[in-house]
Amino acid sequence: MEHLQFDFPGDPAAPAPHPHGPGYVLVGVVSSGNLEVLLEPATPGGGCRVRVDTAVAGYGAVWRAVLAEFCARHRLRDLTISINDMGATPAVVSLRLDQAFEELERGAAR
Amino acid sequence: MSWEALLAALFPAGHAVRRTGDVLAGRGVLDDIELAVIGTADHAYIGVETALALAAEVLAAMRDHPGRPILLLVDTLGQRLSRRDELLGINAYLAHLAQSLELARRRGHRLIALVYGEAVSGGFLAGGMMADLVAALPGGAVRVMGLAAMARITRIPLERLEELSRASPAFAPGVDNFYRLGGIAEIWSDDLPARLRAALARPAVDTSSRALGRERGGRRLAAEVARRVREHR
Amino acid sequence: MTRRPARHSYYEANARQRLRALLDPGSLREFLGPEARATSPHLESLDLPVAFDDGVVVGSGGLGGHAVLVAAQEGGFLGGAVGEVHGAKITGLLERALAERPRAVLLLLESGGVRLHEANAGLIAIAEILRALLALRAAGVASVGLIGGVYGCFGGMGIVACCCDALIMSEPGRLGLSGPEVIETEMGVEEFDARDRALVWRTLGGKHRYLLGEATRLVADDVAAFRGAALELLEHRRPLALETLAAEHARLEERLERYGDCRDAGEIWARLGIAQPQRLPLLDEDEFLAAAAGARRGGT
Repeated sequence: MEHLQFDFPGDPAAPAPHPHGPGYVLVGVVSSGNLEVLLEPATPGGGCRVRVDTAVAGYGAVWRAVLAEFCARHRLRDLTISINDMGATPAVVSLRLDQAFEELERGAAR
Repeated sequence: MSWEALLAALFPAGHAVRRTGDVLAGRGVLDDIELAVIGTADHAYIGVETALALAAEVLAAMRDHPGRPILLLVDTLGQRLSRRDELLGINAYLAHLAQSLELARRRGHRLIALVYGEAVSGGFLAGGMMADLVAALPGGAVRVMGLAAMARITRIPLERLEELSRASPAFAPGVDNFYRLGGIAEIWSDDLPARLRAALARPAVDTSSRALGRERGGRRLAAEVARRVREHR
Repeated sequence: MTRRPARHSYYEANARQRLRALLDPGSLREFLGPEARATSPHLESLDLPVAFDDGVVVGSGGLGGHAVLVAAQEGGFLGGAVGEVHGAKITGLLERALAERPRAVLLLLESGGVRLHEANAGLIAIAEILRALLALRAAGVASVGLIGGVYGCFGGMGIVACCCDALIMSEPGRLGLSGPEVIETEMGVEEFDARDRALVWRTLGGKHRYLLGEATRLVADDVAAFRGAALELLEHRRPLALETLAAEHARLEERLERYGDCRDAGEIWARLGIAQPQRLPLLDEDEFLAAAAGARRGGT
């Protein structure tokens, strides 16, 4: 197991996250080659804090790159992203992150 | 311990327990209390026939001797592993046994289980573990699976499992581990009639395995998690 | 609108997707959800990732306007296997139902049974689930099991399934005690060839379980079909009473007498009086139910 943590600066001009219903977004399942992503609003004025627990050690740089790109592309802020990973490829990670973002947006639109 | 030696030790004044195949059934007398004795012998594997025979004894006790305490004697290597048992639905047979025991409890029968040999997985679950009080002799072999088989299936090296089992009671076989987790309430190491007498004298409260597991430090979370689910608003 | 909605496969969906589609829209409320991070304390030392919900969703919702409590096991996480926390969530839900008396408790079962990584704690947890479910049965609160996921329902949870008031299965759902892989590993491939898919589904699949009387309903692999059957079964009860257990005993005894010597499900189906039993696995649900009518052996 490897525990990683990253902090990305937020975009102050971006809207704050408003997950609907239970106040969080969860997508994916912790199964072989897959992962779960939990998005929760964090204290305003911050960026994105990401915690990754992964079964496959040694890919910190790849995680950083994928997550930085995700946070920047969607102009995210004030968000905690928590991930439990069982060996997902970067493509699957990106897919799940985008699904999580879509759910977040759907919540904001309600 | 053999079932004959166990019954002689439990009931010095005598008993009328017969063995039919793998199944033990009959009457034991302790002081002036009559007990229905139901169990298995010689590390029985429990297949559909045995599960049904055990349930028949529980139903007979309810019908013929309402309220008589039931002593479940546990010595089983678990469910029989066969395609035929699965084809016939062995899970339904064990469910029937569990339901019969639950009904007996609700009709006022005390249920006391004593692990005197092996107590493995499914056979133990639908039988002995349904009791109000689950006790074990110190030499009882309680487990889900041996460490070697567990290492094969989980692909975790045996040495690692052995090392971890010294710190955690969660997965390694043994009466002491089940005791710490609350799955075994008492270990009866001496004077079995006195132990049985004391168990029968106590009110028929269900010793919560979760509360015991927390008290004994083996399962710190179960009781708390269940409470939080119950009380979640 | 009377438009027939497109099928939403129960088999393919994960636990939360099943619950959202099964319950009235937007009605699912989770207890101790992922944000609570009630995770397993035993997996980390074995170098395994945890899941934020420990592989089971418990909560409340509406079913056709009726208040229900629900639990859904996630087969994707360690095969839906039961550990300390996972089991305690289900037990807590059943105990809550005893106090709250909802219209029904729906158990979406998908599990290999005891989680080997915390085996002893898992076995005790299943015993606690079994006890809590039977307490609910005795109190007359309806319990409905649903089985139709990838991992089937095995081990102690296969016993739990048969203790519900009613059980709904789809054909791809499987129900048993020891899984084919376990039997093959321990007893050899000649005892049970776990890779022979036709044999596995004949022996353990929803159609056979329905014919034997264990599954109350056999439905298509469609969450809407599960929902419809659950709505129909809200009144279905199996009282815990001496007469009902005596009848169940007679039924199980008769099963052994009539089919105890059968080597294959096909032989049992033939003795049930089904014409051309070998075609049963190929029939869709409607055709199958028509062929099975009159042959099914009572039961739950």
